Amino acid sequence: MAEPETKKSRGNPIADLLALPNDDPRKSLGVAFGVALACAIAVSTAATLLRPVQQANLEAERQAQLAAMIERLPGMADILAGAGADSLQARTVDLTTDTFADDISALALDQRAAANDPERSIALAPEQDIAGIKRRSNFAPVYFLEKDGEPFLTILPVHGAGYASTLYGYLALEADLNTVAALTFYEQGDTPGLGARVADPAWTALWAGAQIADETGEIRIESVRDAEGPYQVDAISGATRTSNGVTNLLRFWLGEDGFGPFLANLREGTIE
Amino acid sequence: MIFPRTLVDPLIHENPVTLQILGICSALAVTTSLSTALVMSSAVIVVLMLSNAAVSLIRHHLASSIRLIVQITIIASLVIVIDQFLQAYAFEMSKRLSVFVGLIVTNCIVLGRAEAFAMRNPVGPSLLDGLGNGLGYTLVLVTVGTIREVLGAGSLLGYRVMPTVESGGWFEPLNLMLLPPSAFFIIGLMIWAIRTWRREQVEKPDFTVLPEAGGRDR
Repeated sequence: MAEPETKKSRGNPIADLLALPNDDPRKSLGVAFGVALACAIAVSTAATLLRPVQQANLEAERQAQLAAMIERLPGMADILAGAGADSLQARTVDLTTDTFADDISALALDQRAAANDPERSIALAPEQDIAGIKRRSNFAPVYFLEKDGEPFLTILPVHGAGYASTLYGYLALEADLNTVAALTFYEQGDTPGLGARVADPAWTALWAGAQIADETGEIRIESVRDAEGPYQVDAISGATRTSNGVTNLLRFWLGEDGFGPFLANLREGTIE
Repeated sequence: MIFPRTLVDPLIHENPVTLQILGICSALAVTTSLSTALVMSSAVIVVLMLSNAAVSLIRHHLASSIRLIVQITIIASLVIVIDQFLQAYAFEMSKRLSVFVGLIVTNCIVLGRAEAFAMRNPVGPSLLDGLGNGLGYTLVLVTVGTIREVLGAGSLLGYRVMPTVESGGWFEPLNLMLLPPSAFFIIGLMIWAIRTWRREQVEKPDFTVLPEAGGRDR
């Protein structure tokens, strides 16, 4: 026991500690602390230094998943194939501020769950609720396709009441944000043979090229019998209520309580 | 032999998997293909060598009351670091290995070597012992992984070695080989083969069975 005493006089605390007998509690504590410190430094250094590379991997993975998801959507694969788009980006839009909310992952966002969560949605008054959805999520994913580095398509998720079911679909807008590039519905439960034709590519293809709003900004897009002009699309014969449902849900999601103000911001370039 | 015994012995003579029956969990889980087996083995080799070296380095200053928790702390930290590296530079592979890289912490080979060898030997031999045991583990995983991938998918490292019926060939893949029990069968057969060759590996029975008459109630 004399040895620790002599070493202590040298004033090196680490050497003093190591010179203590192994069963000394101070040494046990000291060694445990030293090992823990070294391990903590190693782990946090690795985690911090490698994070950018891991994030890049995750981002690539997310892109691939999104691309796969969008390609699985009926009709969307045709848009992608026909368009030759080369970059796809998903971002979250905050519909209360009509700007991007990039701190929320667009892929992890579950719009239907959010619509049922009072914290993340608003109840719609009957006069607002033309789409018949009762509650609207405050957040929505929006997908941007680029072609040759230029904005090419903006894809909005839309849904609303049809005749016997809620219709869920995607609306793709061209770069002017006022021309429909495509409309698809991936989930609906309307009458087979009648309203269910809402998901029929032969009908949804009619929407391509339709104009949304006129020069004054009034939304005029609709589906009617004997469609005329750039704003009208032929309704599904025998399924007036489903066709009106589509008109209403488009007008809702393109309107004040939907993506309207956000699209206006986007068009004016006030957000990016 | 030009190689030291600490390196060569764990390959077959004292193989951690076939003799000590350690590390079986990961040997089942990651051997459906050779590539996963190879990456897993490399990770285990690195962890084994570094943990052996680290434990050996501090062995004189480690009170016996805290030695296990200190060893596990070192091993767990090394495994996290390796896992981070895999996530950064072998992302696809780390997704396929999923939780099993993290589970190297609980791989008894690593703690076993730290406790049995590194606590009593200098750093150099401990490094060699880690490498040897890692290679012994690798040997088993690579064998099992090769058999399972060839018979289960007709390919090796993703390259087709036997044309499957699906792609117009003659080979009907054995789906059993892609399920965990097949690894048990293969490891069992390996142990049987090794112990037939090396009789000294056969364990003595833990107790002798008494003759039938009068022995029933005991």
